[in-house]
Amino acid sequence: MLRIACPFCGTRDHSEFSYGGDGSVTYPALDAPMQDWHDAVFLRDNICGRQVETWQHVHGCRMWLMVERDTMTHEIFSVRPAHPGLAGALEAAE
Amino acid sequence: MTRFTAWNVFWQGMTGQKGWSRQWRDPEPKAHYDVVIVGGGLHGLATAYYLAKAHGLRNIAVLEKGWIGGGNAGRNTTIVRSNYAQPGNREFYEHSLQLWENLSHELNYNVMFSQRSHIALLHSPGAIDAAARNYNTMRLTGTPDTEIWDLSKLKRAVPHLNYAPDARFPIMGAAVQKRAGTARHDAVAWGYARAADALGVDIIQNCKVDGIARGGGRITALETSRGRITAGKVAFAVAGSTSLLWQMAGLGRLPIESHKLQAFVSEPLKPLLDQVVVFGMGGAHFYISQSDKGGMVFGGDLDWYKSYAQRGNLPIVQDVAEAAMSVLPCLGRVKLLRHWSGVVDMSMDGSHFICKTPLDNLYLNAGWNYGGFKASPASGWWFADLIANDRPAPMIAPFDLKRFERGVQIDERGAGPDCKLHG
Ligand SMILES: Cc1cc2nc3c(=O)[nH]c(=O)nc-3n(C[C@H](O)[C@H](O)[C@H](O)COP(=O)(O)OP(=O)(O)OC[C@H]3O[C@@H](n4cnc5c(N)ncnc54)[C@H](O)[C@@H]3O)c2cc1C
Ligand SMILES: [Zn+2]
Repeated sequence: MLRIACPFCGTRDHSEFSYGGDGSVTYPALDAPMQDWHDAVFLRDNICGRQVETWQHVHGCRMWLMVERDTMTHEIFSVRPAHPGLAGALEAAE
Repeated sequence: MTRFTAWNVFWQGMTGQKGWSRQWRDPEPKAHYDVVIVGGGLHGLATAYYLAKAHGLRNIAVLEKGWIGGGNAGRNTTIVRSNYAQPGNREFYEHSLQLWENLSHELNYNVMFSQRSHIALLHSPGAIDAAARNYNTMRLTGTPDTEIWDLSKLKRAVPHLNYAPDARFPIMGAAVQKRAGTARHDAVAWGYARAADALGVDIIQNCKVDGIARGGGRITALETSRGRITAGKVAFAVAGSTSLLWQMAGLGRLPIESHKLQAFVSEPLKPLLDQVVVFGMGGAHFYISQSDKGGMVFGGDLDWYKSYAQRGNLPIVQDVAEAAMSVLPCLGRVKLLRHWSGVVDMSMDGSHFICKTPLDNLYLNAGWNYGGFKASPASGWWFADLIANDRPAPMIAPFDLKRFERGVQIDERGAGPDCKLHG
Protein backbone atom coordinates (compact mmCIF):
# COMPACT_ATOMS: atom_id res chain seq x y z
CA MET A 1 0.00 0.00 0.00
CA LEU A 2 1.32 3.45 -0.86
CA ARG A 3 0.77 6.12 1.80
CA ILE A 4 0.02 9.54 0.38
CA ALA A 5 0.29 12.62 2.62
CA CYS A 6 -2.69 14.67 1.49
CA PRO A 7 -1.95 18.32 2.37
CA PHE A 8 -5.59 18.74 3.44
CA CYS A 9 -6.43 15.45 5.19
CA GLY A 10 -3.13 13.97 6.33
CA THR A 11 -1.43 10.68 5.41
CA ARG A 12 -3.81 8.09 3.99
CA ASP A 13 -3.72 4.73 2.15
CA HIS A 14 -3.56 5.10 -1.62
CA SER A 15 -6.80 3.14 -1.89
CA GLU A 16 -8.55 6.38 -0.85
CA PHE A 17 -7.11 8.04 -3.94
CA SER A 18 -7.58 7.65 -7.67
CA TYR A 19 -4.54 7.81 -9.95
CA GLY A 20 -4.82 10.38 -12.73
CA GLY A 21 -1.71 10.19 -14.85
CA ASP A 22 1.46 11.93 -15.94
CA GLY A 23 1.42 15.32 -14.19
CA SER A 24 3.91 16.89 -16.57
CA VAL A 25 1.42 16.95 -19.45
CA THR A 26 0.20 20.44 -20.29
CA TYR A 27 -2.51 20.98 -22.87
CA PRO A 28 -1.86 23.43 -25.70
CA ALA A 29 -4.06 26.37 -26.66
CA LEU A 30 -7.38 25.37 -28.23
CA ASP A 31 -6.26 26.67 -31.61
CA ALA A 32 -2.81 25.11 -31.42
CA PRO A 33 -1.74 22.89 -34.34
CA MET A 34 -3.18 19.36 -34.44
CA GLN A 35 0.27 17.86 -33.86
CA ASP A 36 0.57 19.62 -30.47
CA TRP A 37 -2.78 18.21 -29.39
CA HIS A 38 -1.85 14.75 -30.65
CA ASP A 39 1.37 14.85 -28.62
CA ALA A 40 -0.34 16.06 -25.43
CA VAL A 41 -3.18 13.55 -25.61
CA PHE A 42 -1.35 10.45 -26.82
CA LEU A 43 2.40 10.59 -26.15
CA ARG A 44 4.00 9.87 -22.78
CA ASP A 45 7.53 9.90 -21.39
CA ASN A 46 6.69 6.76 -19.39
CA ILE A 47 9.52 7.48 -16.99
CA CYS A 48 11.17 4.69 -15.03
CA GLY A 49 12.18 6.59 -11.91
CA ARG A 50 11.01 9.87 -10.43
CA GLN A 51 7.89 11.27 -12.08
CA VAL A 52 5.31 13.89 -11.24
CA GLU A 53 1.79 12.51 -11.44
CA THR A 54 -1.75 13.49 -10.55
CA TRP A 55 -3.91 11.75 -7.94
CA GLN A 56 -7.37 12.67 -6.72
CA HIS A 57 -8.34 12.15 -3.10
CA VAL A 58 -11.72 10.73 -4.12
CA HIS A 59 -12.58 9.21 -0.74
CA GLY A 60 -11.37 12.28 1.16
CA CYS A 61 -11.30 15.95 0.32
CA ARG A 62 -11.73 15.23 -3.44
CA MET A 63 -8.83 17.55 -4.26
CA TRP A 64 -6.46 16.84 -7.14
CA LEU A 65 -2.86 16.48 -6.02
CA MET A 66 0.57 16.50 -7.66
CA VAL A 67 2.62 13.61 -6.32
CA GLU A 68 6.29 13.10 -7.04
CA ARG A 69 6.89 9.34 -6.95
CA ASP A 70 9.47 6.82 -8.12
CA THR A 71 7.78 4.44 -10.56
CA MET A 72 10.22 1.64 -9.72
CA THR A 73 10.59 1.85 -5.92
CA HIS A 74 7.20 3.60 -5.34
CA GLU A 75 8.89 5.99 -2.89
CA ILE A 76 6.96 9.28 -2.63
CA PHE A 77 9.04 12.45 -2.43
CA SER A 78 6.48 15.23 -2.31
CA VAL A 79 2.75 15.95 -2.45
CA ARG A 80 1.17 19.32 -3.23
CA PRO A 81 -2.21 20.56 -4.44
CA ALA A 82 -2.49 20.43 -8.23
CA HIS A 83 -4.14 23.83 -8.32
CA PRO A 84 -1.27 26.36 -8.37
CA GLY A 85 -3.28 28.99 -6.48
CA LEU A 86 -4.04 26.59 -3.63
CA ALA A 87 -0.46 25.36 -3.55
CA GLY A 88 0.69 28.98 -3.27
CA ALA A 89 -1.84 29.77 -0.52
CA LEU A 90 -0.74 26.73 1.49
CA GLU A 91 2.89 27.72 1.16
CA ALA A 92 2.14 31.29 2.23
CA ALA A 93 0.25 30.00 5.29
CA GLU A 94 3.23 27.92 6.43
CA MET B 1 17.92 -32.16 -30.70
CA THR B 2 15.88 -35.30 -30.04
CA ARG B 3 12.38 -35.00 -31.45
CA PHE B 4 9.41 -35.75 -29.27
CA THR B 5 7.64 -38.77 -30.72
CA ALA B 6 5.56 -41.49 -29.12
CA TRP B 7 8.39 -43.92 -29.80
CA ASN B 8 11.07 -41.64 -28.29
CA VAL B 9 8.99 -41.01 -25.17
CA PHE B 10 8.47 -44.76 -24.79
CA TRP B 11 12.11 -45.64 -25.48
CA GLN B 12 13.46 -42.96 -23.11
CA GLY B 13 11.04 -44.20 -20.49
CA MET B 14 12.53 -47.68 -20.81
CA THR B 15 16.14 -46.46 -20.73
CA GLY B 16 16.14 -44.04 -17.82
CA GLN B 17 15.46 -40.77 -19.73
CA LYS B 18 19.22 -40.45 -20.40
CA GLY B 19 19.08 -39.97 -24.14
CA TRP B 20 17.44 -36.53 -24.47
CA SER B 21 19.63 -33.74 -25.81
CA ARG B 22 19.45 -30.18 -24.44
CA GLN B 23 16.47 -28.22 -25.71
CA TRP B 24 18.43 -25.28 -27.09
CA ARG B 25 22.07 -24.28 -27.25
CA ASP B 26 23.70 -21.65 -25.06
CA PRO B 27 25.80 -19.86 -27.68
CA GLU B 28 28.28 -17.02 -27.22
CA PRO B 29 26.99 -13.92 -29.03
CA LYS B 30 28.54 -13.31 -32.46
CA ALA B 31 29.75 -9.84 -33.42
CA HIS B 32 27.14 -9.50 -36.18
CA TYR B 33 23.70 -10.83 -37.02
CA ASP B 34 21.37 -10.15 -39.94
CA VAL B 35 18.50 -9.69 -37.48
CA VAL B 36 18.73 -9.03 -33.76
CA ILE B 37 15.53 -9.34 -31.75
CA VAL B 38 15.63 -7.67 -28.34
CA GLY B 39 13.43 -9.46 -25.79
CA GLY B 40 13.15 -13.20 -25.21
CA GLY B 41 9.46 -13.30 -24.36
CA LEU B 42 6.82 -15.00 -26.47
CA HIS B 43 6.74 -12.30 -29.12
CA GLY B 44 10.51 -12.18 -29.60
CA LEU B 45 10.88 -15.95 -29.69
CA ALA B 46 7.91 -16.47 -32.03
CA THR B 47 9.28 -13.79 -34.34
CA ALA B 48 12.67 -15.50 -34.48
CA TYR B 49 11.03 -18.82 -35.24
CA TYR B 50 8.89 -17.52 -38.11
CA LEU B 51 11.78 -15.49 -39.55
CA ALA B 52 13.76 -18.71 -39.79
CA LYS B 53 10.89 -21.00 -40.71
CA ALA B 54 8.80 -18.93 -43.10
CA HIS B 55 11.35 -16.48 -44.47
CA GLY B 56 14.48 -18.61 -44.58
CA LEU B 57 16.68 -16.25 -42.58
CA ARG B 58 19.34 -17.98 -40.52
CA ASN B 59 21.70 -15.45 -38.94
CA ILE B 60 19.32 -14.34 -36.18
CA ALA B 61 19.79 -13.67 -32.47
CA VAL B 62 17.31 -13.16 -29.65
CA LEU B 63 18.86 -11.11 -26.82
CA GLU B 64 17.24 -11.56 -23.41
CA LYS B 65 18.42 -9.67 -20.35
CA GLY B 66 17.30 -12.41 -17.94
CA TRP B 67 16.08 -15.84 -18.88
CA ILE B 68 13.60 -16.55 -21.66
CA GLY B 69 10.04 -16.59 -20.43
CA GLY B 70 11.01 -14.73 -17.24
CA GLY B 71 8.95 -11.68 -18.20
CA ASN B 72 5.23 -11.56 -18.88
CA ALA B 73 5.58 -14.73 -20.96
CA GLY B 74 5.80 -16.73 -17.73
CA ARG B 75 3.55 -14.50 -15.62
CA ASN B 76 0.24 -14.40 -17.44
CA THR B 77 -3.05 -16.19 -16.80
CA THR B 78 -2.80 -17.94 -20.21
CA ILE B 79 -6.22 -17.09 -21.63
CA VAL B 80 -6.45 -17.55 -25.39
CA ARG B 81 -9.49 -16.29 -27.32
CA SER B 82 -10.37 -14.39 -30.47
CA ASN B 83 -13.68 -12.75 -29.53
CA TYR B 84 -12.74 -9.25 -30.65
CA ALA B 85 -15.19 -7.06 -32.50
CA GLN B 86 -13.11 -4.19 -33.92
CA PRO B 87 -11.99 -4.49 -37.55
CA GLY B 88 -8.29 -5.26 -37.54
CA ASN B 89 -8.33 -6.94 -34.15
CA ARG B 90 -10.84 -9.63 -35.00
CA GLU B 91 -8.97 -10.86 -38.09
CA PHE B 92 -5.64 -10.71 -36.27
CA TYR B 93 -6.78 -12.63 -33.18
CA GLU B 94 -8.69 -15.17 -35.24
CA HIS B 95 -5.50 -15.85 -37.23
CA SER B 96 -3.67 -16.22 -33.94
CA LEU B 97 -6.25 -18.71 -32.65
CA GLN B 98 -5.86 -20.75 -35.83
CA LEU B 99 -2.10 -20.84 -35.29
CA TRP B 100 -2.69 -21.96 -31.68
CA GLU B 101 -4.83 -24.85 -32.90
CA ASN B 102 -1.82 -26.41 -34.61
CA LEU B 103 0.98 -25.02 -32.46
CA SER B 104 1.97 -28.18 -30.61
CA HIS B 105 2.45 -29.99 -33.93
CA GLU B 106 4.15 -27.02 -35.56
CA LEU B 107 6.71 -26.79 -32.76
CA ASN B 108 6.89 -30.51 -31.91
CA TYR B 109 6.31 -29.39 -28.34
CA ASN B 110 3.21 -29.88 -26.24
CA VAL B 111 1.97 -26.39 -25.39
CA MET B 112 -1.07 -27.97 -23.69
CA PHE B 113 -3.51 -25.81 -25.62
CA SER B 114 -6.89 -26.68 -24.17
CA GLN B 115 -9.93 -25.33 -26.01
CA ARG B 116 -12.16 -25.45 -22.98
CA SER B 117 -14.26 -22.37 -23.92
CA HIS B 118 -14.35 -18.83 -22.61
CA ILE B 119 -17.49 -17.83 -20.73
CA ALA B 120 -18.06 -14.13 -20.11
CA LEU B 121 -20.92 -13.67 -17.65
CA LEU B 122 -23.67 -11.18 -18.43
CA HIS B 123 -25.69 -9.42 -15.75
CA SER B 124 -28.33 -7.28 -17.40
CA PRO B 125 -30.60 -7.32 -20.46
CA GLY B 126 -28.56 -4.42 -21.82
CA ALA B 127 -25.32 -6.37 -21.46
CA ILE B 128 -26.90 -9.35 -23.25
CA ASP B 129 -27.95 -7.09 -26.14
CA ALA B 130 -24.51 -5.51 -26.40
CA ALA B 131 -22.81 -8.91 -26.32
CA ALA B 132 -25.23 -10.24 -28.95
CA ARG B 133 -24.33 -7.35 -31.22
CA ASN B 134 -20.60 -7.99 -30.76
CA TYR B 135 -20.85 -11.73 -31.14
CA ASN B 136 -23.09 -11.47 -34.20
CA THR B 137 -20.44 -9.23 -35.74
CA MET B 138 -17.85 -11.91 -35.03
CA ARG B 139 -20.01 -14.67 -36.49
CA LEU B 140 -20.39 -12.65 -39.68
CA THR B 141 -16.68 -11.90 -39.92
CA GLY B 142 -15.09 -15.29 -39.55
CA THR B 143 -15.32 -16.36 -35.90
CA PRO B 144 -18.22 -18.83 -36.02
CA ASP B 145 -17.88 -20.37 -32.56
CA THR B 146 -19.24 -17.39 -30.64
CA GLU B 147 -22.58 -17.88 -28.89
CA ILE B 148 -24.91 -16.25 -26.39
CA TRP B 149 -26.06 -18.69 -23.72
CA ASP B 150 -29.20 -18.31 -21.66
CA LEU B 151 -29.26 -19.09 -17.98
CA SER B 152 -30.43 -22.68 -18.23
CA LYS B 153 -27.65 -23.61 -20.65
CA LEU B 154 -25.08 -21.84 -18.49
CA LYS B 155 -26.28 -23.61 -15.34
CA ARG B 156 -25.90 -26.99 -17.02
CA ALA B 157 -22.33 -26.18 -18.08
CA VAL B 158 -21.10 -24.47 -14.89
CA PRO B 159 -23.48 -25.44 -12.09
CA HIS B 160 -21.50 -24.00 -9.18
CA LEU B 161 -21.48 -20.30 -10.03
CA ASN B 162 -23.37 -17.96 -7.72
CA TYR B 163 -26.80 -17.84 -9.39
CA ALA B 164 -28.52 -16.19 -6.42
CA PRO B 165 -31.27 -13.95 -7.83
CA ASP B 166 -30.57 -11.40 -5.10
CA ALA B 167 -26.84 -11.17 -5.87
CA ARG B 168 -25.63 -7.58 -6.37
CA PHE B 169 -25.18 -8.46 -10.06
CA PRO B 170 -27.33 -11.53 -10.75
CA ILE B 171 -26.07 -13.73 -13.58
CA MET B 172 -28.47 -13.60 -16.55
CA GLY B 173 -26.54 -15.37 -19.27
CA ALA B 174 -23.14 -15.55 -20.91
CA ALA B 175 -21.22 -14.76 -24.07
CA VAL B 176 -19.25 -17.84 -25.00
CA GLN B 177 -16.42 -18.62 -27.38
CA LYS B 178 -16.04 -22.38 -27.60
CA ARG B 179 -12.63 -22.61 -29.33
CA ALA B 180 -11.06 -20.34 -26.71
CA GLY B 181 -9.18 -21.73 -23.74
CA THR B 182 -5.80 -21.84 -22.06
CA ALA B 183 -2.28 -23.09 -22.79
CA ARG B 184 0.85 -23.65 -20.76
CA HIS B 185 2.79 -20.37 -21.00
CA ASP B 186 6.27 -21.75 -20.20
CA ALA B 187 5.82 -24.47 -22.78
CA VAL B 188 5.04 -21.87 -25.45
CA ALA B 189 8.25 -19.96 -24.69
CA TRP B 190 10.31 -23.13 -24.55
CA GLY B 191 8.65 -24.61 -27.62
CA TYR B 192 9.35 -21.54 -29.76
CA ALA B 193 12.90 -21.30 -28.38
CA ARG B 194 13.64 -24.94 -29.09
CA ALA B 195 12.16 -24.82 -32.59
CA ALA B 196 13.95 -21.56 -33.43
CA ASP B 197 17.24 -22.89 -32.09
CA ALA B 198 16.87 -25.98 -34.27
CA LEU B 199 16.70 -23.64 -37.29
CA GLY B 200 19.93 -21.93 -36.25
CA VAL B 201 18.66 -18.98 -34.19
CA ASP B 202 21.04 -17.97 -31.37
CA ILE B 203 19.11 -17.50 -28.12
CA ILE B 204 21.34 -15.43 -25.87
CA GLN B 205 20.25 -15.12 -22.27
CA ASN B 206 21.70 -12.83 -19.58
CA CYS B 207 22.35 -10.32 -22.34
CA LYS B 208 20.95 -6.89 -21.61
CA VAL B 209 20.86 -4.17 -24.24
CA ASP B 210 21.93 -1.01 -22.45
CA GLY B 211 23.06 1.25 -25.25
CA ILE B 212 22.09 1.89 -28.85
CA ALA B 213 24.40 3.49 -31.40
CA ARG B 214 22.82 5.37 -34.29
CA GLY B 215 24.11 6.77 -37.55
CA GLY B 216 22.48 7.88 -40.79
CA GLY B 217 18.92 7.21 -39.64
CA ARG B 218 19.78 3.64 -38.70
CA ILE B 219 20.82 1.64 -35.69
CA THR B 220 24.47 0.80 -36.18
CA ALA B 221 25.16 -1.27 -33.07
CA LEU B 222 23.75 -2.48 -29.79
CA GLU B 223 25.83 -2.19 -26.63
CA THR B 224 25.03 -5.20 -24.49
CA SER B 225 26.18 -6.66 -21.21
CA ARG B 226 27.90 -9.30 -23.34
CA GLY B 227 29.62 -6.95 -25.76
CA ARG B 228 28.90 -4.87 -28.84
CA ILE B 229 26.67 -6.48 -31.47
CA THR B 230 25.98 -5.10 -34.92
CA ALA B 231 22.87 -5.99 -36.87
CA GLY B 232 21.39 -5.55 -40.31
CA LYS B 233 17.95 -5.19 -38.74
CA VAL B 234 16.90 -4.66 -35.13
CA ALA B 235 13.52 -5.61 -33.69
CA PHE B 236 12.18 -4.60 -30.28
CA ALA B 237 9.83 -7.01 -28.49
CA VAL B 238 10.38 -6.02 -24.87
CA ALA B 239 6.79 -5.61 -23.60
CA GLY B 240 6.77 -3.36 -20.49
CA SER B 241 10.28 -2.03 -21.23
CA THR B 242 9.39 -0.62 -24.65
CA SER B 243 9.63 3.05 -23.67
CA LEU B 244 13.07 2.48 -22.14
CA LEU B 245 14.48 0.93 -25.31
CA TRP B 246 12.75 3.56 -27.45
CA GLN B 247 14.40 6.34 -25.45
CA MET B 248 17.74 4.51 -25.54
CA ALA B 249 17.43 4.76 -29.32
CA GLY B 250 16.81 8.50 -28.93
CA LEU B 251 13.28 8.30 -30.30
CA GLY B 252 11.38 10.21 -27.62
CA ARG B 253 7.87 9.47 -26.50
CA LEU B 254 5.36 6.70 -27.29
CA PRO B 255 1.61 6.22 -26.84
CA ILE B 256 2.45 3.63 -24.17
CA GLU B 257 2.62 3.48 -20.37
CA SER B 258 3.98 0.65 -18.24
CA HIS B 259 1.57 -0.71 -15.65
CA LYS B 260 1.66 -3.80 -13.52
CA LEU B 261 -0.84 -6.60 -13.65
CA GLN B 262 -1.09 -9.32 -11.02
CA ALA B 263 -1.96 -12.98 -11.24
CA PHE B 264 -2.85 -15.49 -8.54
CA VAL B 265 -2.80 -19.25 -8.13
CA SER B 266 -4.45 -21.28 -5.39
CA GLU B 267 -3.45 -24.58 -3.84
CA PRO B 268 -4.25 -27.48 -6.21
CA LEU B 269 -7.83 -28.74 -6.14
CA LYS B 270 -9.60 -31.68 -7.73
CA PRO B 271 -11.24 -30.81 -11.08
CA LEU B 272 -13.62 -27.94 -10.37
CA LEU B 273 -13.79 -25.63 -13.36
CA ASP B 274 -13.62 -26.86 -16.91
CA GLN B 275 -13.84 -23.46 -18.62
CA VAL B 276 -12.40 -19.95 -18.45
CA VAL B 277 -14.96 -17.83 -16.60
CA VAL B 278 -14.91 -14.04 -16.77
CA PHE B 279 -16.81 -11.63 -14.54
CA GLY B 280 -16.72 -7.95 -15.38
CA MET B 281 -19.37 -5.72 -13.88
CA GLY B 282 -19.45 -2.42 -12.08
CA GLY B 283 -16.00 -2.01 -10.54
CA ALA B 284 -15.20 -5.71 -10.71
CA HIS B 285 -12.99 -7.48 -13.21
CA PHE B 286 -12.14 -11.13 -12.70
CA TYR B 287 -11.10 -14.11 -14.82
CA ILE B 288 -10.45 -17.64 -13.64
CA SER B 289 -9.51 -21.07 -14.93
CA GLN B 290 -8.03 -24.23 -13.47
CA SER B 291 -4.56 -25.37 -14.44
CA ASP B 292 -3.74 -28.98 -15.24
CA LYS B 293 -2.04 -29.24 -11.84
CA GLY B 294 -5.34 -28.24 -10.23
CA GLY B 295 -4.47 -24.72 -9.12
CA MET B 296 -7.12 -22.09 -9.66
CA VAL B 297 -5.43 -19.42 -11.82
CA PHE B 298 -7.03 -16.00 -11.71
CA GLY B 299 -6.55 -12.28 -12.06
CA GLY B 300 -8.33 -8.96 -12.24
CA ASP B 301 -7.54 -5.35 -12.95
CA LEU B 302 -4.10 -3.80 -13.10
CA ASP B 303 -2.75 -1.92 -10.08
CA TRP B 304 -4.21 1.42 -11.25
CA TYR B 305 -1.01 3.45 -11.07
CA LYS B 306 1.91 3.42 -13.45
CA SER B 307 4.79 1.23 -12.35
CA TYR B 308 7.87 -0.64 -13.52
CA ALA B 309 8.05 -2.77 -10.36
CA GLN B 310 7.29 -6.44 -10.82
CA ARG B 311 5.38 -6.66 -7.55
CA GLY B 312 1.68 -6.21 -6.96
CA ASN B 313 -0.21 -4.15 -4.39
CA LEU B 314 -2.62 -5.34 -1.73
CA PRO B 315 -5.85 -3.48 -2.64
CA ILE B 316 -5.97 -5.52 -5.86
CA VAL B 317 -5.56 -8.73 -3.89
CA GLN B 318 -8.65 -7.73 -1.95
CA ASP B 319 -10.59 -6.68 -5.07
CA VAL B 320 -9.84 -9.94 -6.81
CA ALA B 321 -10.72 -12.00 -3.73
CA GLU B 322 -14.05 -10.16 -3.45
CA ALA B 323 -14.82 -10.77 -7.10
CA ALA B 324 -13.93 -14.45 -6.68
CA MET B 325 -16.33 -14.73 -3.76
CA SER B 326 -19.14 -13.09 -5.63
CA VAL B 327 -19.04 -15.48 -8.60
CA LEU B 328 -17.57 -18.66 -7.11
CA PRO B 329 -18.38 -18.64 -3.39
CA CYS B 330 -17.19 -22.25 -3.17
CA LEU B 331 -13.62 -20.88 -3.28
CA GLY B 332 -14.05 -19.17 0.08
CA ARG B 333 -11.82 -21.51 2.05
CA VAL B 334 -9.27 -22.21 -0.66
CA LYS B 335 -5.75 -21.02 0.16
CA LEU B 336 -3.80 -18.74 -2.09
CA LEU B 337 -0.49 -20.33 -3.03
CA ARG B 338 1.33 -17.53 -4.85
CA HIS B 339 0.73 -14.18 -6.47
CA TRP B 340 3.01 -12.10 -8.62
CA SER B 341 2.93 -9.31 -11.17
CA GLY B 342 4.27 -8.41 -14.57
CA VAL B 343 4.88 -5.04 -16.23
CA VAL B 344 2.60 -4.68 -19.23
CA ASP B 345 2.91 -2.20 -22.07
CA MET B 346 -0.50 -0.49 -21.95
CA SER B 347 -1.24 1.50 -25.10
CA MET B 348 -3.43 4.57 -25.53
CA ASP B 349 -6.22 2.69 -27.35
CA GLY B 350 -5.70 -0.77 -25.88
CA SER B 351 -4.38 -2.17 -29.16
CA HIS B 352 -0.90 -3.17 -30.25
CA PHE B 353 1.81 -1.88 -32.56
CA ILE B 354 3.57 -4.05 -35.13
CA CYS B 355 5.23 -1.49 -37.34
CA LYS B 356 8.17 0.27 -38.87
CA THR B 357 9.75 3.12 -36.96
CA PRO B 358 11.49 6.43 -37.73
CA LEU B 359 14.75 4.46 -38.06
CA ASP B 360 15.22 2.50 -41.31
CA ASN B 361 16.34 -0.78 -39.78
CA LEU B 362 14.35 -0.73 -36.55
CA TYR B 363 11.01 -2.53 -36.17
CA LEU B 364 8.61 -2.30 -33.24
CA ASN B 365 6.37 -4.89 -31.60
CA ALA B 366 4.63 -3.49 -28.50
CA GLY B 367 1.47 -2.32 -26.79
CA TRP B 368 0.14 -5.75 -25.79
CA ASN B 369 -1.74 -4.69 -22.70
CA TYR B 370 -3.41 -7.58 -20.82
CA GLY B 371 -3.87 -9.66 -23.95
CA GLY B 372 -0.53 -10.42 -25.50
CA PHE B 373 -0.35 -14.10 -24.63
CA LYS B 374 -3.08 -15.14 -27.02
CA ALA B 375 -1.58 -12.84 -29.63
CA SER B 376 1.91 -14.27 -29.57
CA PRO B 377 1.74 -16.72 -32.52
CA ALA B 378 0.18 -14.18 -34.92
CA SER B 379 2.36 -11.42 -33.54
CA GLY B 380 5.50 -13.42 -34.31
CA TRP B 381 4.13 -14.43 -37.69
CA TRP B 382 3.35 -10.90 -38.87
CA PHE B 383 6.31 -9.23 -37.19
CA ALA B 384 8.60 -11.68 -39.01
CA ASP B 385 6.79 -10.86 -42.25
CA LEU B 386 7.32 -7.14 -41.62
CA ILE B 387 11.02 -7.55 -40.82
CA ALA B 388 11.72 -9.87 -43.75
CA ASN B 389 9.84 -7.82 -46.35
CA ASP B 390 10.30 -4.34 -44.90
CA ARG B 391 6.62 -3.46 -45.46
CA PRO B 392 3.52 -4.02 -43.38
CA ALA B 393 1.12 -6.66 -44.70
CA PRO B 394 -2.55 -5.55 -44.79
CA MET B 395 -3.20 -7.60 -41.62
CA ILE B 396 -0.98 -5.30 -39.57
CA ALA B 397 -1.18 -2.07 -41.55
CA PRO B 398 -3.68 -0.50 -39.08
CA PHE B 399 -1.37 -1.20 -36.14
CA ASP B 400 1.23 1.51 -36.69
CA LEU B 401 2.33 4.37 -34.44
CA LYS B 402 0.75 6.98 -36.69
CA ARG B 403 -2.85 5.85 -36.27
CA PHE B 404 -3.59 8.49 -33.64
CA GLU B 405 -2.39 11.21 -36.00
CA ARG B 406 -4.86 9.87 -38.55
CA GLY B 407 -7.59 10.13 -35.93
CA VAL B 408 -7.96 6.36 -35.72
CA GLN B 409 -8.14 4.51 -32.42
CA ILE B 410 -8.64 0.74 -32.32
CA ASP B 411 -10.33 0.93 -28.96
CA GLU B 412 -12.10 -2.36 -28.24
CA ARG B 413 -13.37 -1.12 -24.92
CA GLY B 414 -14.29 2.41 -25.90
CA ALA B 415 -12.34 3.74 -22.94
CA GLY B 416 -10.54 6.63 -24.62
CA PRO B 417 -6.90 7.72 -24.47
CA ASP B 418 -6.01 6.65 -20.93
CA CYS B 419 -3.70 3.63 -20.88
CA LYS B 420 -4.80 2.21 -17.53
CA LEU B 421 -8.45 1.92 -18.61
CA HIS B 422 -7.88 -0.61 -21.41
CA GLY B 423 -8.34 -3.74 -19.30
C1 LIG C 1 -0.38 -11.03 -14.70
C2 LIG C 1 -0.57 -11.06 -16.19
C3 LIG C 1 -1.64 -11.77 -16.73
C4 LIG C 1 -1.83 -11.83 -18.10
N1 LIG C 1 -2.84 -12.61 -18.59
C5 LIG C 1 -2.99 -12.77 -19.94
C6 LIG C 1 -3.98 -13.65 -20.46
O1 LIG C 1 -4.71 -14.32 -19.71
N2 LIG C 1 -4.11 -13.74 -21.81
C7 LIG C 1 -3.32 -13.02 -22.66
O2 LIG C 1 -3.50 -13.14 -23.87
N3 LIG C 1 -2.35 -12.19 -22.19
C8 LIG C 1 -2.15 -12.05 -20.85
N4 LIG C 1 -1.18 -11.22 -20.36
C9 LIG C 1 -0.36 -10.44 -21.30
C10 LIG C 1 0.84 -11.20 -21.85
O3 LIG C 1 1.47 -11.95 -20.84
C11 LIG C 1 1.82 -10.21 -22.45
O4 LIG C 1 1.15 -9.30 -23.29
C12 LIG C 1 2.91 -10.88 -23.28
O5 LIG C 1 3.51 -11.95 -22.55
C13 LIG C 1 3.95 -9.85 -23.67
O6 LIG C 1 4.84 -10.31 -24.63
P1 LIG C 1 6.18 -11.13 -24.30
O7 LIG C 1 5.84 -12.52 -23.88
O8 LIG C 1 7.04 -11.02 -25.48
O9 LIG C 1 6.74 -10.29 -23.06
P2 LIG C 1 7.87 -10.63 -22.01
O10 LIG C 1 7.86 -12.07 -21.64
O11 LIG C 1 7.76 -9.64 -20.92
O12 LIG C 1 9.19 -10.41 -22.88
C14 LIG C 1 9.90 -9.21 -22.96
C15 LIG C 1 11.32 -9.56 -22.62
O13 LIG C 1 12.18 -8.46 -22.92
C16 LIG C 1 13.25 -8.52 -22.01
N5 LIG C 1 13.94 -7.22 -21.99
C17 LIG C 1 13.46 -6.04 -21.53
N6 LIG C 1 14.41 -5.08 -21.64
C18 LIG C 1 15.49 -5.67 -22.20
C19 LIG C 1 16.79 -5.20 -22.57
N7 LIG C 1 17.16 -3.92 -22.37
N8 LIG C 1 17.67 -6.08 -23.11
C20 LIG C 1 17.32 -7.38 -23.30
N9 LIG C 1 16.11 -7.87 -22.98
C21 LIG C 1 15.21 -7.03 -22.43
C22 LIG C 1 12.57 -8.87 -20.69
O14 LIG C 1 13.50 -9.40 -19.77
C23 LIG C 1 11.50 -9.86 -21.13
O15 LIG C 1 11.90 -11.21 -20.97
C24 LIG C 1 -0.96 -11.12 -18.98
C25 LIG C 1 0.10 -10.40 -18.43
C26 LIG C 1 0.32 -10.37 -17.06
C27 LIG C 1 1.49 -9.61 -16.50
ZN1 LIG D 1 -7.48 14.92 1.04
